[in-house]
Amino acid sequence: MSKTALGFALLVIGGALAPWLGIYPTFLMKCWCFALFACAFNLLLGYTGLLSFGHAAFLGAAGYIAGHSIKVWGLPPELGILAGSAFAAALGWAFGSLAIRRAGIYFAMITLALAQMLYFVWLQMKFTGGEDGIQAVPRGRLLGLIDLNQTMTMYFVVLVIFLAGFALIYRTIHSPFGQVLKSIRENEPRATSLGYDVARYKLVAFVLSAALSGLAGATNTVVFQLASLTDAHWHTSGEVVLMTLLGGLGTVFGPVVGAFVVVGLQNELADKVGSWVQVIMGIIFVICVLAFRRGIVGEIVALARKVGVSRT
Amino acid sequence: MFDWLGITPQGLYSQLLVGLINGSFYAVLSLGLAVIFGMLNIINFSHGAQYMMGAFIAWIGLTQLGGWLGDPGLGFGYWAALVLAPLVVGAIGIVIERTMLARLYKLDHLYGLLLTFGLALIIEGLFRYAYGVSGQPYEIPEQLQGALNLGFMFLPKYRAWVIVASLSVCFATWYVIERTKLGSYLRAGTENPRLVQAFGVNVPLMITLTYGFGVALAGFAGVLAAPIFTVTPLMGADLIIVVFAVVVIGGMGSILGSIVTGLGLGLVEGLTKVFYPEASAVVIFVIMVIVLLVRPAGLFGRER
Repeated sequence: MSKTALGFALLVIGGALAPWLGIYPTFLMKCWCFALFACAFNLLLGYTGLLSFGHAAFLGAAGYIAGHSIKVWGLPPELGILAGSAFAAALGWAFGSLAIRRAGIYFAMITLALAQMLYFVWLQMKFTGGEDGIQAVPRGRLLGLIDLNQTMTMYFVVLVIFLAGFALIYRTIHSPFGQVLKSIRENEPRATSLGYDVARYKLVAFVLSAALSGLAGATNTVVFQLASLTDAHWHTSGEVVLMTLLGGLGTVFGPVVGAFVVVGLQNELADKVGSWVQVIMGIIFVICVLAFRRGIVGEIVALARKVGVSRT
Repeated sequence: MFDWLGITPQGLYSQLLVGLINGSFYAVLSLGLAVIFGMLNIINFSHGAQYMMGAFIAWIGLTQLGGWLGDPGLGFGYWAALVLAPLVVGAIGIVIERTMLARLYKLDHLYGLLLTFGLALIIEGLFRYAYGVSGQPYEIPEQLQGALNLGFMFLPKYRAWVIVASLSVCFATWYVIERTKLGSYLRAGTENPRLVQAFGVNVPLMITLTYGFGVALAGFAGVLAAPIFTVTPLMGADLIIVVFAVVVIGGMGSILGSIVTGLGLGLVEGLTKVFYPEASAVVIFVIMVIVLLVRPAGLFGRER
């Protein structure tokens, strides 16, 4: 327990200090958004054992709804973000109730296909701006008071949103509800035989994960003042799988680490190696699956246990 | 017939033909996925990339290879590509299976999906690096240029050939799996690999060859597609997601089922292009949603 508290403290202090250590706040905000996205995804894959290959659908949809409602309807940022997350939750309910009809590999294919369908819908609808996306979304004033055009103000708002989402996920995982999710991951027939309505639990987890992914996507749109097709593309769905896998599947802090590494790598490599980025991401993917399945945080935890055991 | 909708019969027939061609590709690709899934229990995400590789091998053979080797006569044409590309793609597939996939059989099946997803990124990225994203044209072979006059429409010879060739390959595969001794081993291996191994069949070898054959089918489809669609590194990625939907609709339980579903959905897509073009990109996904609501196991599937 104290280790988790230490982790939390590191997150808060590190998050608060990072922009003063010479790291670009804009880059950090992207990291926090994707870290929340990856944590939400991990709730599903790491703790419920459901591999959704279409999670970009929620990130992208919330971005569009937030962008449109803030720019065209003139909603304040907090309501825009809320609208985006609510839409993602509703979408999660729709996708989830379809996808949980099948298990395992089919679940992954169905979520991927549904996300692709939505991608084509965004591509054809007028309000999304097609290939251009919704540009120049105003950041506005949070609650009518706080001016988000100040980069540092925006940064701390993003950090608070991340920490709130992260705390919610942490609470969920460690609640009785979370224990049932884990039992479904470990042994679904057993959970059913104990009297749990497995489908219902899966659906609630799916909706929660979709809503938090939406929160990440809507925040991302406010930060970058842009909602685009990239966020809804299956490449992004693949990226979030990679972040979670690389950081450590089913660990609390893993997805955060994974998100920072992947976003950081992309940021560093994009202008240096151009189209090799995709190849490098693919290679990391393959290495993770073949030889590094515990991920960065998972390996650290395993190492700590080993050391702990040999001491006692 | 549909004059009142502003649709000419020629327009209808030509869209149906396009639908039939897309359907043939769906059939060959979903068949490959089904064969691989039956034996290896994994979904081969790199199937689209391997299809793209097939098309590129044909294109490289026709336009690049001669230059690389310093003698234009050393390249190979369409008919050679039809044999060589599946062999090369299959051989690479066998290497992938032996060196990587084979390590994952004891784990959750999802890792196979993740591994092949990573491989798809690598293959696609390498071709993008080498040839960019713009399409490369591939000429229709001499013997198949021109069109047949059927009376009610002109049928381009090459398109007729694509349909005939892919259907023949599909039915040959069906025949081998359902009607021969080799196929019976394969089906038994799908049901219970341990028991089959106990009877002295080399199951690991069978698995390797099955994967090689499945991806060779994708390579074959790629060569067939090269003259119709332009050859680009991205040609497989979007197609494979549609094929996943096809597989969900049909269910992977039956070989004949995946052929019929693939063709049928191609036709439905073609018809949608005639009557409501805006929906043509999503119609297969919408059908998938309906099938999931009505018959979750898929049209020809069975619950596992």
